[in-house]
Amino acid sequence: MTATMSQCLAQMVQTDYAMKDYQSEIAPRWCTGCGDTAILTAMQRLCRDEQLPPEKTVCVSGIGCASRLPHYMNAYGFHGIHGRALPIAEGIKIRRPDLNVFVTTGDGDNCSIGAAHWLHAVRYNMNMVVMLHDNQVYGLTKKQASPTSPKGLSTNTTPGGAMLNPLNPLTVTLGISNVSFVAQCVDWIPDLLYETLQMAYRHKGFSFIRILQRCPNFMDHHFDNWMQDPARTRLLTHSNGLRLKPEISRVYKNQETHDPRDMPRALALAALSDEVPVGVLYRNPDVPCYDELRAGERPSTPALVETVLNEEFDKVGIWPAESEQAER
Amino acid sequence: MTTEGTQVFAEIADPMDRVPPKAGRPAEVIEEHIVEIVSDSGEGAQRCGQSLASIAARMGMGIWTVEIIPAEIQPPHRSIAGASGNRVRMAAKPVTNIGDEADLVVAFNEQVLLSRLRAGEVKPGATILMENAWENDLNPSIATAYVKVCAEVREAGYNLIEVPMEKECQKYVPDPRKGKNMFVLGMLCAIYSLDAEKARAQVRYIFAKKDQRIINANIELLDAGRAWAEANLDIAYTIPAPPVAEEQVVMNGNAALALGTVASGMEVCAMYPITPATSASHYLSSIFEKVGCVVHQAEDEISACAFAIGASYAGKCAVTITSGPGLSLKQEAIGLAVMSEIPLVVIDVQRGGPSTGLPTKVEQGDLMSAMFGTHGDAPKVIMAVSSIEDCFHSVITARKIAETFNMVVVILSDAALATAQQPYKRPKFRADWLAPPVNQSAVPEHAHPYDWDERTGIATRFIPGQPNGMHCLTGLAHDRDSHVAYDPQINEEGLLNRSRKLAAFQKTLRLEPVHGGDEGELLLLGWGSTRGAIQEAVDRLRAEGHKVSSLHLKFLQPMASGIDKVMKRFDRVMTIENNWNDPVSDPLIDENNRRYSHLAMLLRSRWLVDVDCWGNARGQPLKPGAIHDAALAKLVQARGEEQ
Repeated sequence: MTATMSQCLAQMVQTDYAMKDYQSEIAPRWCTGCGDTAILTAMQRLCRDEQLPPEKTVCVSGIGCASRLPHYMNAYGFHGIHGRALPIAEGIKIRRPDLNVFVTTGDGDNCSIGAAHWLHAVRYNMNMVVMLHDNQVYGLTKKQASPTSPKGLSTNTTPGGAMLNPLNPLTVTLGISNVSFVAQCVDWIPDLLYETLQMAYRHKGFSFIRILQRCPNFMDHHFDNWMQDPARTRLLTHSNGLRLKPEISRVYKNQETHDPRDMPRALALAALSDEVPVGVLYRNPDVPCYDELRAGERPSTPALVETVLNEEFDKVGIWPAESEQAER
Repeated sequence: MTTEGTQVFAEIADPMDRVPPKAGRPAEVIEEHIVEIVSDSGEGAQRCGQSLASIAARMGMGIWTVEIIPAEIQPPHRSIAGASGNRVRMAAKPVTNIGDEADLVVAFNEQVLLSRLRAGEVKPGATILMENAWENDLNPSIATAYVKVCAEVREAGYNLIEVPMEKECQKYVPDPRKGKNMFVLGMLCAIYSLDAEKARAQVRYIFAKKDQRIINANIELLDAGRAWAEANLDIAYTIPAPPVAEEQVVMNGNAALALGTVASGMEVCAMYPITPATSASHYLSSIFEKVGCVVHQAEDEISACAFAIGASYAGKCAVTITSGPGLSLKQEAIGLAVMSEIPLVVIDVQRGGPSTGLPTKVEQGDLMSAMFGTHGDAPKVIMAVSSIEDCFHSVITARKIAETFNMVVVILSDAALATAQQPYKRPKFRADWLAPPVNQSAVPEHAHPYDWDERTGIATRFIPGQPNGMHCLTGLAHDRDSHVAYDPQINEEGLLNRSRKLAAFQKTLRLEPVHGGDEGELLLLGWGSTRGAIQEAVDRLRAEGHKVSSLHLKFLQPMASGIDKVMKRFDRVMTIENNWNDPVSDPLIDENNRRYSHLAMLLRSRWLVDVDCWGNARGQPLKPGAIHDAALAKLVQARGEEQ
């Protein structure tokens, strides 16, 4: 009975926010065919389905094409500086558990200039969703090699082809202490993008999603081999993981039942080079969250501040001779 | 132990031969003394000095202490670079600075003494109490070095007294290295006629967390030191101070910054370890959680600043505490806070620079980088602290300015204030020190997140959680709706309003009174930790009949109105700063290329006044005597030019 009533109430609330309530008055200015558009739509769908009040939702980003996303959301947004989205998001979350924090970042923003923050953010395991828009190239600055660019890629800074093997954001993240959620998806399968994002949102902790994202301008046809050959996409399923619609299952037959608690298998899947695993690679809901560890036992009040200040002053106090004697 | 070869004091080296204390021996009445206690790192000289100061302060004396800190955690023993200790100025009146050279030095070995002598920190003819165990060291090179240095020190005219500290301490504790400092404290209490019960109370306080056995052993050592000095030394002083009249607290500048942070109502401090700022964060870490707040040790200086900006954005103003190299790293993030108008307090405890520079030493070298370090036009408030009490209250003021004007406020302290202790009037808590609760009320429909008031440049910011306030804050040029804008007019509108806030704030500033006389031959201008030393120099010069005054600036950006009018009432103007300026005596330097000290540069550019500068970047606080001499030289030069 109670359950029914709360369900009714929930339904009433759910009618409050529609897709358009999360769309800002600014039309996205990404290039035609840019994968970021699909990610934005998935974000807005998630907000609607989870009925997140726009004023309680904060999208934080750094600098780059992906980092323009907060401008296109009707929510609080913080379009910061290159590489620093994560520490800004951590600062936002530390005293505001009521806010839903999403971070959008790119492969340059997160894996190059902001790489140190990435490692530590995983370790802090603060409750937020991080979307790494990985198009494997610098777009906003017009085609330079990024840390995730494939070896041999010709760019303006690597005219003879990128010389180094790319950094793998999945294996790196999985290798960091306190990792609690790592997933991968691709912008060209919107249903699975949404599903993964929803699982990330519902996970308590630092939910890291690497999203392979097309850049039609500088990396045209780069993902064609994967898009055109469904066998090269491996869907990770689990009773508590991706729910596959029949039409998806019909196309993507390369599936594996993967327990997200299985770290060795997660690392093996993350290291696949010819196939793209899609779904949750790793999930551990039991990792402590830094924001909860630092939440404190009591709120700061003027009375508390006064008490503690006086305690500290007493330790280093000098009193007029008379009163000092009176205390003894 | 043989005492042969320690000619002068051989007769007192073994106290057991002596008769008991000379009760009621006359003590010389003095106005003040500067005492240094120096040892190898870890021998407790710092604790000894701080305790001496605390006891003196409880007797009503004015005190100022400074730590003598080696740059390394475990520097080699018996090395010049390893000198560690404390310098205490005790006076009948309140003191505002560390003063000139030391009158009395207690040295635990001859090498650390050499370090102080070579640094020019000891007055000619000063009394030196030296541990004499080294004379019989099993290592002949140590014994030889000791004897040689002692001879040189005597030769140089110092009153060297060799004291069998270790030998005496061994009577009470098995390892004299632990406890010698309390024996020395007892000696100093005897020399300066300090109250025995207050001294014991201090020892009980510093060992409060230890068990009773240790407390008793240390009190025994303290009393033994006193008894030994009374029996064996013929030096005794009294510094007649009035009894303490009002409640005071005694702490160093970094502790005052930490307590000021608590009192300001800021709830988040994000930092990264750096000398000499870190001790403020250490202390804050030990108390901030008790008031429900957080010290976050970030992975680097940049993230510490970005974290503080995020926390400010989401509610109340936050603080990041650092030193020079950290300030350099934070600059881009500071620019973001300026551009997006997020309130932020940055505390910079300055040290010698550039680069890693002199991590443990003082320099006022960051004024320009604090003011102009960020690319583009980035107006922010720069204020400097000039006493321990000022450290406490300035954080409260800074938070208020930051939140009233949605600006970055940089507080400049330095290594001299960081570890200097001074008593000040116990602050009485006021609820209005704290920030009001975070505004979560609905924003009126169609309100703009950057609705700049053209009279002040201020826009009321919208905080996440406020319905209708959704907008995307950005470091890009933006319009009143926070929409990215590349339009030239919109860009200038933002620049104008951010600059206006500084001008509006400037209208609230009042110049502090001139110290000395309202007009005269020479005006000295200073900022930050040099206040006490400059004013003391001015007092001495005026007592000698020179028409010298000083003006100290708390706000460096913006500066209060009226500084030009003050400068015009003096024939000459000179800044006194603890930072670099090109010496005019250098053959390469002339008026076309001379680089002035920071404040001098600022004053010259704003008011077209021929401001000279004096100071140095030797890593030491400026002494009143040196400032006095520099001002006198300037007067002599000026009088010569006029003839």
